[in-house]
Amino acid sequence: MSGEVSGSSRPAQVVFYNDPKFRSIAYQVVLCAIVALLVYGAARNAIDNLARAHIASGFGFWNDTAGFDISQTLIEYTARGSTYGRAFWVGLLNTLLVAGLGIIVATILGFVIGISRLSSNWLLAKVAGGYVEIVRNLPLLLQLLFWYNAVLKALPDTRESIAIGGAFLNNRGLYLPEPVAKSGFDAVEMALLVGAAAAIVFYIWARKKQERTGQQSPLLWVTLALIIGFPLAVFALAGFPLSLDFPKTGRFNITGGIEVLPEFAALLFGLSIYTAAFIAEVVRAGILAVSRGQTEAAYSLGLRPGPTLRLIVVPQAMRVIIPPLTSQYLNLTKNSSLAVAIGYPDLVQVFTGTVLNQTGQAVEVVAITMLVYLAISLTTSLLMNLYNRHMALAER
Amino acid sequence: MTMAEGDLAVTEIAFLSRASIAPRPPPAKMSGAIGWLRANLLSTPFNIGLTILIVLLLAWAVPEVVKFLLIDAVWGGNDRNACLEYVQHREIGACWPFVWERLPYFIYGSYPISERWRVDVFFVMLATGIVWLLWLNAPRRDLGAIYFFAVLPISSFILLSGWSWIGLRPVDTVLWGGVLVTIVVASVGIVVSLPLGIILALGRRSHMPAVRLLSVIFIEFVRGVPLITVLFMAGVMLPLFVPEQLSPDKLVRALVGIAIFASAYMAEVVRAGLQAVPRGQYEGAMAVGLRYWQRMRLVILPQALRVTIPNIVNTYIGLFKDTTLVFIVGIFDLLRTIEVARIDPKWATPVTSTTGYAVAAIFYLIFCYGMSRYARAMEARLAKADRR
Repeated sequence: MSGEVSGSSRPAQVVFYNDPKFRSIAYQVVLCAIVALLVYGAARNAIDNLARAHIASGFGFWNDTAGFDISQTLIEYTARGSTYGRAFWVGLLNTLLVAGLGIIVATILGFVIGISRLSSNWLLAKVAGGYVEIVRNLPLLLQLLFWYNAVLKALPDTRESIAIGGAFLNNRGLYLPEPVAKSGFDAVEMALLVGAAAAIVFYIWARKKQERTGQQSPLLWVTLALIIGFPLAVFALAGFPLSLDFPKTGRFNITGGIEVLPEFAALLFGLSIYTAAFIAEVVRAGILAVSRGQTEAAYSLGLRPGPTLRLIVVPQAMRVIIPPLTSQYLNLTKNSSLAVAIGYPDLVQVFTGTVLNQTGQAVEVVAITMLVYLAISLTTSLLMNLYNRHMALAER
Repeated sequence: MTMAEGDLAVTEIAFLSRASIAPRPPPAKMSGAIGWLRANLLSTPFNIGLTILIVLLLAWAVPEVVKFLLIDAVWGGNDRNACLEYVQHREIGACWPFVWERLPYFIYGSYPISERWRVDVFFVMLATGIVWLLWLNAPRRDLGAIYFFAVLPISSFILLSGWSWIGLRPVDTVLWGGVLVTIVVASVGIVVSLPLGIILALGRRSHMPAVRLLSVIFIEFVRGVPLITVLFMAGVMLPLFVPEQLSPDKLVRALVGIAIFASAYMAEVVRAGLQAVPRGQYEGAMAVGLRYWQRMRLVILPQALRVTIPNIVNTYIGLFKDTTLVFIVGIFDLLRTIEVARIDPKWATPVTSTTGYAVAAIFYLIFCYGMSRYARAMEARLAKADRR
């Protein structure tokens, strides 16, 4: 590469423009210059265009009064009293809520379907395969519109609400009884914390014991008793300090209880069902990646099918499953931005929709929205890389 | 244990059976239809339960769908009255006359009726290009590639948007709609993303730090944000970044957004292919004295792209589905035309929405499933080639 001819002491003469080092630097300088020129030109045009349209720039709007309502708020928010900044946080929390719940539902559904596809039951495997093929090949937006317009909006109206136990379902949402804590409920919360801590201590102790003596402890039952049984016992002892606030039907609307918006439900259904199909494929690939010899070796050591799955197959499959699983989680979070199509007040709908329309500050608003998603993505990939390194170390 | 004790133990447990063992019953039949049922559906009590559950589920769901789409469906009529339960006094399924009447709108949008033959010609030209490229035994596939990536885009642009010089009336993109827009958006994404993706992928693997850095920033940035924000960026920020008189129309902005997004994803797919090419190939190409672009064009890319064809097609499937998102920035793609048509008072019935969505579902299912079958066939072909 350096132009040296072996056997000769004199370096070969190379014209400077044929020298790879010179060329590489020249290319990079030219490329950087073009990019800088493009950015400069774009910025110049943006400044001109903004000045012509009399649009303010900067982030001053952040503290202005928002003046619009949001249908679902997890933190306190009023149209008159809250700022655009507050609206941003409301939207972000709504995004995180639907993404978090969606991830949980999609994971459960995806694992069930992925394992079903490998079932020895022919019918089950075929049905699971059909689910994956159909759901993966339909656009998510179409599925969301279907759930929202054709299913949830087609439910009966308020006066003919469907009553299920103490809950009501109509085309304006699902109304669930709301648990209200009475005095003495703090003790139950404390019990839950103590139980969880005790479960962790027991887990560490049981592990040490197994490493020392080889004896196993009934980990599952003890953990369940500590985390669920103990708080329940305290709950009963304290005289059940919890009451349910049931929703009541009025003439025009339903009051009380927890209201689940149809937009939220449609988005949650759509995202979970769609992502579950992809997770199912990831899970299937992961399980198939564990060679059959591993299972056979475990059987020949005398392990029963349950422990074989738990101790041999799943830990190895997880190593293959987790990286693509994380990218599916990221996809779900990014796809939650389709909320704007059905009017669920997520970050994009509130901020890139309403706030952008009211302020007209496109550059700032779109930049902030993108940075939020970018931050979520980059943080996740960072954690993923750390996890991968950890797994690589474990592979001796 | 001593030797004598061991011998003693053996003599004690050794015995000979004096009676013959009773014959065992024949094993359960494991061949033929009954054997198949036993092995695949009824092997354990748990499996039997599962089978019954699924049969019940299918027995409920499948007739329900068939009933809606075919048996209870309305096949003729002129307006909503044909599809209303309280007018017809029977259970109503899908409302097909609605689809039938709106079909031209679903396909062409508001494209002028007298000019619609141009759209048909475009569809035929596109189909020719696709078959030429995908059919592996087609003659002169190199010409096919030139046709698909150079001739087709230019001629269809002239054909669709019009050129008064050769007597084609200009048609504003605002009038485009339906399947036409879906196909245009998808084709632009497909045609632009591959070359751009290859360049970005090569940039990311380049030895020049500035090139690498710029590629990485572009790819990771675009992949880190949702498509909808990229479309918003293209929609509201692009007009700011260019001089006022050059401001692109709505469709072009969406196309730019889609192209940017698809290229970043394609870059990662191509990069995976480049990584699969053994190092010896790079070194060998260098050793025979090829220059950088010769090395890439003649040695590396043919191998890299070949192994990654299934992934490229899968990216295209994702892209095809993602084209629906242009709906949100106000472009009349197929889904948007269905949304508009389904709330039209002339056809407003409880079944109109579901019928419209069923049409969209069938359309996307056919295209995406077709592409995924192709990807799978390709994968099998490549696996066979590797086994040789």
